[in-house]
Amino acid sequence: MLSGLSIKKIDAVEFGLLSPDDIRKMSVAQIVVADTYDEDGYPISSGIMDPRLGVIDPGQRCRTCGNRVGNCPGHFGHIELARPVMHEGYAKVIHKVLRATCRQCNRLLLSEDEIDEFEQLFKRYPEMGERTAVLSKEILKRAAKAKSCPHCGAEQLKLKLEKPTSIYEVGESGSVRLTPIDIRERLENISDREYRLMGINPDAARLEWAILTVLPVPPVTVRPSITLESGVRSEDDLSHKLIDIIRINQRLRENLDAGAPALIVEDLWELLQYHVTTYFDNGVSGIPPARHRSGRALRTLAQRLKGKEGRFRSNLSGKRVDFSARTVISPDPNLSMNEVGVPEQIAKILTIPQRVTEWNMEEMKALVIRGPERHPGANYLIRTDGRRVDLRFVKDRTIIAETIEPGFIVERHLSDGDIVLFNRQPSLHRMSIMAHEVRVMPYRTFRLSLYVCPPYNADFDGDEMNLHVPQSEEARAEARVLMRVQEQILSPRYGGPIIGALQDYISAAFLLTRKSSLYTLDRVNQLMAVTKYAGKLPEPAILSPVQLWTGKQIFSMFIPEGINISFKAKICRNCPVCTKEDCEYDAYVVIRDGNLEYGVVDEKAFGAGEPDSLFHRIIKEKGPTAARVFMDSVGRLLVRLITDRGFSFGLDDVTLPKAASDRIKVILEEANKKVDQLIEAYQRGELDPNPGQTLLETLEQRIMAVLAKARDSAGEVAGEHLGLENSAVIMAQTGARGSRLNLSQMAAVVGQQAVRGERIKRGYKGRTLPHFHKGDLGARARGFVTSSYKSGLDPIEYWFHAAGGREGLVDTAVRTSTSGYMQRRLMTALQDLKVETDGTVRTASGRVVQFKFGDDGVDPSKSDHGRAVNIDIAIEKVLGKGRI
Amino acid sequence: MSKKSSSIESYMAKRFEKIREDRLLPPRVLEELETKLRQIESLTKSEFDKICDHVIDSYERSLVEPGEAVGTVAAQSIGEPGTQMTLRTFHYAGVAELSVTQGLPRLIEIVDARNIPSTPTMKVHLVPEIAGDREKAREVARNIEMVLVESVASNISIDLLRQAIDIRLDPELMDDKGLTPEDISVAIEAKIKNKGEVEVDGNTIFVYPLNDTLTELQRFSEKIREVMVKGIQDVSHVVIRKEGDEYVLYTEGSNLQDALEVEGINHHRVYTNNLSEIFQVLGIEATRNAIIKEAMNVLDEQGMDVDIRHIILVADMMTVEGEIHQIGRHGISGSKNSALARAAFEVTINHLLGAGIAGTVDPLKGITENVIIGQLIPLGTGAIDLLMTP
Repeated sequence: MLSGLSIKKIDAVEFGLLSPDDIRKMSVAQIVVADTYDEDGYPISSGIMDPRLGVIDPGQRCRTCGNRVGNCPGHFGHIELARPVMHEGYAKVIHKVLRATCRQCNRLLLSEDEIDEFEQLFKRYPEMGERTAVLSKEILKRAAKAKSCPHCGAEQLKLKLEKPTSIYEVGESGSVRLTPIDIRERLENISDREYRLMGINPDAARLEWAILTVLPVPPVTVRPSITLESGVRSEDDLSHKLIDIIRINQRLRENLDAGAPALIVEDLWELLQYHVTTYFDNGVSGIPPARHRSGRALRTLAQRLKGKEGRFRSNLSGKRVDFSARTVISPDPNLSMNEVGVPEQIAKILTIPQRVTEWNMEEMKALVIRGPERHPGANYLIRTDGRRVDLRFVKDRTIIAETIEPGFIVERHLSDGDIVLFNRQPSLHRMSIMAHEVRVMPYRTFRLSLYVCPPYNADFDGDEMNLHVPQSEEARAEARVLMRVQEQILSPRYGGPIIGALQDYISAAFLLTRKSSLYTLDRVNQLMAVTKYAGKLPEPAILSPVQLWTGKQIFSMFIPEGINISFKAKICRNCPVCTKEDCEYDAYVVIRDGNLEYGVVDEKAFGAGEPDSLFHRIIKEKGPTAARVFMDSVGRLLVRLITDRGFSFGLDDVTLPKAASDRIKVILEEANKKVDQLIEAYQRGELDPNPGQTLLETLEQRIMAVLAKARDSAGEVAGEHLGLENSAVIMAQTGARGSRLNLSQMAAVVGQQAVRGERIKRGYKGRTLPHFHKGDLGARARGFVTSSYKSGLDPIEYWFHAAGGREGLVDTAVRTSTSGYMQRRLMTALQDLKVETDGTVRTASGRVVQFKFGDDGVDPSKSDHGRAVNIDIAIEKVLGKGRI
Repeated sequence: MSKKSSSIESYMAKRFEKIREDRLLPPRVLEELETKLRQIESLTKSEFDKICDHVIDSYERSLVEPGEAVGTVAAQSIGEPGTQMTLRTFHYAGVAELSVTQGLPRLIEIVDARNIPSTPTMKVHLVPEIAGDREKAREVARNIEMVLVESVASNISIDLLRQAIDIRLDPELMDDKGLTPEDISVAIEAKIKNKGEVEVDGNTIFVYPLNDTLTELQRFSEKIREVMVKGIQDVSHVVIRKEGDEYVLYTEGSNLQDALEVEGINHHRVYTNNLSEIFQVLGIEATRNAIIKEAMNVLDEQGMDVDIRHIILVADMMTVEGEIHQIGRHGISGSKNSALARAAFEVTINHLLGAGIAGTVDPLKGITENVIIGQLIPLGTGAIDLLMTP
């Protein structure tokens, strides 16, 4: 597939306008008939669907180029307009140019000296790195101020642009409309030199070409008509518009030929202008949009290009691709983070072109014989002459397999070990598309390791993901080297791992590594077996009466040698004085030479998105492969451990003893009393306001504070009674899932519901619900929920809870769109920046933005959580642990 | 022993100097290395050399590779956490009375390079001599806070009998702001010049316009309400806070230019969150630093861990031209060289029509253009041409 040495590249694209001659030259047919097909269904010659304009019906050949559908690009036709009309998009420019030129001699309204001066500047500007467009603007502005022509002395009149396409000359006796003919005449007389000064490049476009005398008719391939099931043909919007134009154009011509009164001609001319204007852009302000018979506004040229669904953003900047698949995702804890499970049905459709060589000939033959129906097979065979054999229709594949020789290409099924790209939208960062190795599996979902959920931001509540199969060796190599999951563990956003353990992995690691966990030889063997651990077991920590290994020992077997790190675990309670190794909660983690000596493993040690963790050290010092192996094997171990042990959470876990719920009740009652007191004080006017706040604001703030405190102390009471062995407590403490707040909401009290950061106050006049008195400021009347999720909310509480919840939903919806737009803008502004070989950061045009990226030239993804070099580790490496 | 240690000292100093001269390490890394190595006792020369080599080697390994799409990565790194940020606009900056826009709206404000942020605010430090004095701080605060006639008057009405505007001043408020009725009359006189007369009577001020028709009286009274008596323009409120052992002023509203001229403030330690003011008063480099600082603040506040290098790139991109350019249609994206890239972003039609009439040549150097025409993009592995004769 690789082309030889010469690579053809488009170097530049030039823009310009088509002159009337250009249009006629490229036209293959003059269109005069405002109709499409005759009774027999054949396109009418010189009509809007003239066969010379290209083919859209399968089986026919193009009258111009002789190609069939798909190969014929289509050909332009043209319409000779009876009277010239203005191009709506250029009305503004035309107006500006007319204002800047003399109405008599059509010269620029600047003196010779000024013109010379500007011309000098024009030459110098690009050298100074300035844009000449700025200069042209200045010239147009200055020339428009002239009262009389410095060349012929003619007095200048004011020109008014009436949108969209009329220009009026305002004289003393009233205003006169300039016809396109008048305007065109003036524009024709402007010299090339002066056009240049006004920012119009006469080599590419003369402004009079924006007054159309000939209208190009786009090929039918651009505006294909579709045949409905009923056999009725339905024409494209552009064709409809062209029919309108031709019809009016013909009427205008007939009237002109017949010498019709000026008034009629004017009207028709105006109508022609309207149709041409809406043909270009059907969203011009000032005129009603042209509509389809059904009342829908037509989608004409501008609409086709514009906006998110327009040609640019939807077809040119983003393209549809082959060799891709999409389906629902589901988790598989037995997969490596580098792998993706692909359903066999998908693997049989996606193919990889593989060139037959002497060395893989037998293998390829076997694949061809297996054919497209059985999985490791092949779908196509491409011979050396480029002929493509579809194996579905080959009767005896063994015969065709015999013909295979080196140089053939076999399009074989996707199979284990192939590299593919895997993607989940929205693709917010580069980790949204990563390369995985295929594992073909039964059933119909993509399977993925749970470690890659955070970078993809995926869960399994019905998410779908896309898969792409790179087709060239070059693409596969790049995918494998640069995009594989293990190469993306470190996020360029903050220089730490974005991939890591989550949820049950963390709970399990905590259960494994806490002090009380001891395992017999049998258990250890079982656990190590699932990880395919091949080394030796360490000496057991306890030798008699039975040999027992600690969980820390088991975990340590997977930490690579030479890893030294100490940090506070997630379960750390932030005591005022840290006792480090002697921590009574075992929350101070110490790892020496790959041995977990103190502390428990939890989110801080190997959680996703946790910089400066154990996992971070492993990948920094031992590289991505070691990190992947560590994670994969620890993961298998932990999954086995937690499935064997069992880890569940239910209603019992949030049930409090009577004493506790009574205490919570008391706390809430007291808080309610305090709120009432505050309200009373407020009503008596005894409350003194906080500086800068009104009395009511002060009251609200104090009530909120009282209620928040009540909720916290109720939560504390609940916490005391739930105990450390409670699954939810374990999850909250280790960072596996949930928070203490979630817990106390379930067990104790849900708390204040807020909308816009305030207690709920809207609803009925003076009250939130008709169940309350007007002006009731009490806790309950303003959305304080005293029930817990476990006990259940009463209808009023439920209502307030829904109100608070709704705000959250709306907020999320609004946020995604605003932040999406911000990201798009950042992207378009910055995407051209790249690091050059000299280390500078430059834009596409070569402008230096930074002499060194980030002032120190360090790649954030290669940095150590932002630091260019981790000096402590460098010192430790040379001197050993003891000397610092 | 001492001789030996001094010889290693000088050896270290020499090597550090060499590293500095050859720019083998960025200044901050070198500084950290120096302080850390100096703390280690009985370091031998070979150990020292090994550490230096190791650090230099690690630094070189962490450099960006040529062709790296740093812009794209920066945009992603700032944009991606945007989805997780709160939309709740306000955050009380320590003081309950002052609210500052935070989160996503503020971040958008920064990259938009808005002229006036939605909650402009200044932080003003005082000169060291008076920084610890609450009374002096109050006085400076009074000189900064803008006081309008209406904000010290209990009532402003039109006295039809006298054909005058009747201003009743609130003595408590006046005292609080440190004003006398005379101050106010002077301010009013200065504003209306000689279009009327001002008469002070205790805590009441009468203003007699020369033209005493009723409409004129009403117009006048509106004008007089807004007369600034004291303070600097646009600063509507000042809060004094104690930070450590000095008093710091926080303002609502920002006016850097005038604030710098107030006596008693520390000129080196006045900060505003209004970027365009910083640009006008202190110039582009200060603005660049302010953009970095403001954006980092927002992200830190929201608990988003984003490498500062990404923000620096955005700030540099916004300020390369010597003035602030917005990220978006009216700034960087709108002034790109390629008509195709501009058309693909926003206002498609206008860019195409403009390119047509100006006969623009698109050099196809950027990303979007090359995607559009279906060529390899000039970034990363696409930035190099590798040809091989088999």
